[in-house]
Amino acid sequence: MTRAAFFPRLRHWFNRRGWIKITIATPYVWLALFFLLPFAIVIAMSFATRTPTAPPFSFGGEHPLMNTAHFARLFSDDLYIRAYLNSIGNATVATLLCLLIGYPMALGLTRVSRSWRNVLLMLVILPFWTSFLLRVYAWMGLMGTNSWFNKLLTEAYNFVMPADMALRYIPMMNTGFAVVLVTVYSYLPFMILPLYANLEKLDLSLNEAAMDLGSRPFQVFRDVTLPLSVPGIIAGSLLVFIPASGELIIPSLVGSSSRPMIGRVISDEFASARDWPMASAVAVALLLLLVGPLMAYSYYEGKSHEKPTAGGGN
Amino acid sequence: MPEPSPAAGATVAQFPRGVAPAVKETPFIRIDGVTKRFGSFTAVSSVSLEIRKGEIFSLLGGSGCGKTTLLRMLAGFEDPTEGRIFIDGQDMTDLPPYERPVNMMFQSYALFPHMTVERNVAYGLKHADMTASQRADRVREMLALVQLSDLGQRKPHQISGGQRQRVALARALAKQPKVLLLDEPLAALDKKLREATQFELMDIQDRTGTTFIVVTHDQEEAMTLSSRLAVMDKGRIMQIGNATEVYEYPNSKFVAGFIGSINFFDATVRDIKGDMARVDVPELGGPVDARAIPGLVPGQPITLAIRPEKLSLSRTRTDAANAFPGTVRELAYFGKDSLYRILMPSGRILSVNSVNARRVGENERVADWEDAVWLSFDPAAAILLKD
Repeated sequence: MTRAAFFPRLRHWFNRRGWIKITIATPYVWLALFFLLPFAIVIAMSFATRTPTAPPFSFGGEHPLMNTAHFARLFSDDLYIRAYLNSIGNATVATLLCLLIGYPMALGLTRVSRSWRNVLLMLVILPFWTSFLLRVYAWMGLMGTNSWFNKLLTEAYNFVMPADMALRYIPMMNTGFAVVLVTVYSYLPFMILPLYANLEKLDLSLNEAAMDLGSRPFQVFRDVTLPLSVPGIIAGSLLVFIPASGELIIPSLVGSSSRPMIGRVISDEFASARDWPMASAVAVALLLLLVGPLMAYSYYEGKSHEKPTAGGGN
Repeated sequence: MPEPSPAAGATVAQFPRGVAPAVKETPFIRIDGVTKRFGSFTAVSSVSLEIRKGEIFSLLGGSGCGKTTLLRMLAGFEDPTEGRIFIDGQDMTDLPPYERPVNMMFQSYALFPHMTVERNVAYGLKHADMTASQRADRVREMLALVQLSDLGQRKPHQISGGQRQRVALARALAKQPKVLLLDEPLAALDKKLREATQFELMDIQDRTGTTFIVVTHDQEEAMTLSSRLAVMDKGRIMQIGNATEVYEYPNSKFVAGFIGSINFFDATVRDIKGDMARVDVPELGGPVDARAIPGLVPGQPITLAIRPEKLSLSRTRTDAANAFPGTVRELAYFGKDSLYRILMPSGRILSVNSVNARRVGENERVADWEDAVWLSFDPAAAILLKD
């Protein structure tokens, strides 16, 4: 091909199909460069051997990329098992609480007038406008033994409980409760927003139809609203559960050091212990633990949307 | 207003405009002075209405006339601001929707997308006092009624629009309601399907004997379906009657103009002789003989209305009581009929509809472009309206 013919042909290709291919390819290239490639490096690292060099690992030895010692240690050292269980347990409780608190809020958002809806939606996302770290520090202040918040709760507690069980303050900081509380607070918008997006699309005439056919308001919710909001529940729960289970900052700042969490374990292995292969193994195992159920869900979702008949529907 | 005689028509299916013999004279549904306000907007304004058992009754009107609000008040989705609603002698006004012996077929059909056709139809039955096998029988019976027996296991998104409409009907009828409310039941269907479904609806109504109340903006639909209809405008009922009464004897300019097309003329009463009145119509260029209505006095301004198909065209003057010359301005050939636009000497253009009863070529038709013609009509065809 001559030089002269190249650019017109390129332009022709671009005008006909090129732009659409480039548009579609861009996110994939992005994901490949900044997710798949680093992830492949992390996987490779998890099979490497720790060395006192810089970077602190090597693929040397008899079986390069076959060092499974780190994965074996995940099962032999109960620190890791406890960290996984704590993290998953914490994330599960936080997700359920987010759902319990977020669902009525999301449902409420769909039932108020349009102008109120915008104000309330704004309030839901308003916390994002301040630093996440700042908000966690605020909670540390609130939960501290001398805060007005703690004093108020202590007064209320002492008022209800018998005198011999009176407390000077309620120990909240550095407990599992604190981790769950701050996690729920931080991730609540991630539950509310997908739920709202889902509930908002539901046709209210379905509720009327159910009521018309003899269902009381609670039965309408159980038979119509709840089953139709399952996609929103799953989306919101994943958005809360996945980051909550790998959460580093919240357990580090308000959690108890005697309850290891997986985020902190990874961070400690990388930074303090400088055991990059071990840290990688912990991270890969966490990802497998989280991605497995996600894949199963996507598969199930895709299946339920298949239409077995041709020509039906509109 | 004249009551339709009970002798008219053997069944609703065969004589849609007649009244089924099952009709009792006592009102089955009584809407008593019902008003509904949304803020400062009055959607329904002191409506009183009586509907008999076994009727197909239509609420007909343009969008925003209050017909849907009235239907929703019957279903219990809206509370009347004033007035009361009785069904079968029982005051329904304060009952929630789930306690009313009324079911509704929604305009959007509102089928539950996560349930199969069968479970949709069975949904209302789970509150009924029935055994599981009785329920299954009823569902089967309902699906057979709407000819969907094979599709019970499909989900709503797997069937066509017409099939969905019938599932909605089966679901609403499954509980054997005393009254079935239908909100624009045919609006979402295409024209051919709409016509077929109209007759199917009438057939199902006839077989189940349920009282149907239909909300529609489509006058043809209202006229074919209903035994009686109410024409609504701005929250009020303008006229109640059967199709013939409302079409041939409209009581107001609004009803005359809303149902079918019509030519209106400003007129003045000249004199009244018995049941005939002579009115001056400047736009037609002469006096017109018309059937009188009560309470006319000479000199009174009035509206004369004539439907396009009641006007006949001829090339020569006929000896009809009312005959006026004009010129063919426009001509539209529709096949079964033609629409002529006739220019009168006064400059007024009016519409004339003429049935193409004979099979003729283009050169032989009654009148052609720019032809001078005579228009005539029977005094009985001329409608006098006070407002």
